[in-house]
Amino acid sequence: MAVPASFGATMGEPSPTGRFGEFGGRFVPESLIAACKELEGAFRSAWGDPGFRGEYARLLRDYAGRPTPVTECRRLSDRLGVRVLLKREDLTHTGSHKINNVVGQGLLARTMGKRRLVAETGAGQHGVATATAAALFGLECVIYMGTVDVRRQELNVFRMNLLGAEVRAVDSGSRTLKDAINEAMRDWVATVETTHYCLGSVMGPHPYPWMVRELQRVIGDEARSQCREVLDGADPDVVLACVGGGSNAAGTFAGFVDTRVDLVGVEAAGGAAIGRGVPGVVHGMRSQLLQDEDGQVVEAHSISAGLDYPGVGPEHAYLAEVGRARYVEAGDQEVLDALRLLSETEGIIPALEPAHALAYLIRAAGGEIPTGSTVLVTLSGRGDKDAAEVMELLR
Amino acid sequence: MSQSLSGATHETPAALGALEATLRAARDAGRKLLVPYVTGGLSSEWCDVVRAVAAAGADALEVGIPFSDPIMDGPTIQAASARALAEGATPARIVAELGDLDVGIPLAVMTYYNIVFRTGHRRFAHRLIEAGVSGAILPDLPLDEVGEWARAADDAGVETVMLAAPTTADDQLEPICRRAHGFVYGVGLLGVTGERDELAVSARRMAQRLKAVTDKPVLIGVGVSNPEQAREVCAEADGVVVGSALVRRLLDGGGPEEAASFVGELRAGIDG
Repeated sequence: MAVPASFGATMGEPSPTGRFGEFGGRFVPESLIAACKELEGAFRSAWGDPGFRGEYARLLRDYAGRPTPVTECRRLSDRLGVRVLLKREDLTHTGSHKINNVVGQGLLARTMGKRRLVAETGAGQHGVATATAAALFGLECVIYMGTVDVRRQELNVFRMNLLGAEVRAVDSGSRTLKDAINEAMRDWVATVETTHYCLGSVMGPHPYPWMVRELQRVIGDEARSQCREVLDGADPDVVLACVGGGSNAAGTFAGFVDTRVDLVGVEAAGGAAIGRGVPGVVHGMRSQLLQDEDGQVVEAHSISAGLDYPGVGPEHAYLAEVGRARYVEAGDQEVLDALRLLSETEGIIPALEPAHALAYLIRAAGGEIPTGSTVLVTLSGRGDKDAAEVMELLR
Repeated sequence: MSQSLSGATHETPAALGALEATLRAARDAGRKLLVPYVTGGLSSEWCDVVRAVAAAGADALEVGIPFSDPIMDGPTIQAASARALAEGATPARIVAELGDLDVGIPLAVMTYYNIVFRTGHRRFAHRLIEAGVSGAILPDLPLDEVGEWARAADDAGVETVMLAAPTTADDQLEPICRRAHGFVYGVGLLGVTGERDELAVSARRMAQRLKAVTDKPVLIGVGVSNPEQAREVCAEADGVVVGSALVRRLLDGGGPEEAASFVGELRAGIDG
């Protein structure tokens, strides 16, 4: 078992310049600086306000369906020789952890008097969640989505439309998540006075990485106490979560960072910013980034639209640097196998994103994760959205 | 770990750089300033375009080093950047080619911060100086983040142009202007680069606000698309930056003559 190099001193508030170590910051056009500062102030006061926290908690309970359960996977555990617990974010309203973030940001947008939400989406889950929050709070909503993702996530495009959102296809660059973020930021540059950019992960300029992690920490906070119930007061040995931008992992890790739990983030092999990237600055943040020797951002390639991103949230880059979390990779084929195995052994079809965490678990069980260990995996979303694509791939 | 807050403590160096000296001298002689933008590496004849534009009445030139993710740019500059990258443009090659040009007016590069960060602050600054490039414009490097680059640029003698936007708070205008060298780039509207049918009301207002707090040259760019708009904004500003309208002509197949002709029209517009 890896012993954390440091714990307890991380995942608090970033420095006044939004830094986690040397990562983070606010590298955006001057047009957006005032809006980032306004958002930082609004979030800071809302997060310290019992009224806001109470309304947020009520919405998470009554609207999003929290708390989500922790499910013990008996048949999968038997198969792998490790005790597997799943944190069931797939059971939330809209089917993924993204709802936690958008309910919070939707409330904030209303507090700030913004009438319109824009967001990027890769797999479509954050787009659907944002469209949902916009409907709930009566806000206009525009979702940017790469044309490649529009094709592979057709159903989610339709869901967003049903929810009253306009989906704008982005046909520049790699035509995936990275380019959808560029276009959402360009929209925000032009509309910042009336629009809130509802960023979907723990990335972007300060305060987003911090704010989104705080809005997602409900995953880890719930899981920690639920695990202690199941495990007679003990913590799991290992906590696993997939990492694209890294919001479900950040929210999960936040609940365990002050314990001795082995925190493991699983990146897509074709989008492993921590595993294969170098420090860089894009989308408002300094972080680990897949780029060429000139500093041009390299396109990521993953079976999972949600992990098809060449960067990663700056706090993950920091956790990796200080050794408090470790980051591993999973490849497309083993991800499909993992999706199948969980479906067949537990009757739970995972989304392709958390199937990366399961793929690593399957590979590491009995090796890097010793037989007899207890492992918590955050099942960040359900697989319905991927059914059509997986059907094609398995044929 | 870099916790440096900003470059606001760096004051104007005693000696002006070539960009600011040239622009101040022209302005003080009663001339309105014209700084066209050309995407570096856009075609094999891009250096000829730069020469032609320089000879057609530009006071200084802004050369774009293409970046894969230009978030401050609209469709025209995005397309130009993508085409230049597809043609094999690299930061090192563009700067080196600028070094071989002798256009007789100051040059500034415009690019995104990751290009600088990846090259290394000092190395990038020295490359510019060796190539005879006076200034740098980095639209995603705002005041609070500029410190590390600004130190390297100041030490090497590169003039860092700072941007101010319509949303910039009043109390931030002065520190931005203090940190700016070469000129102060006022963003004419809320939005990304690109042509607009009409000059935004915010363009003149931006110029007024900046002129009230600095005697450095104040140029307005973003959304300044034709000679009429350029003249209109020059009622308040010291000059204009014109990018997308020129680059569109190049994307449409125009060469040095078309570029020179359009820049000549802009010149006549602001002189008129």
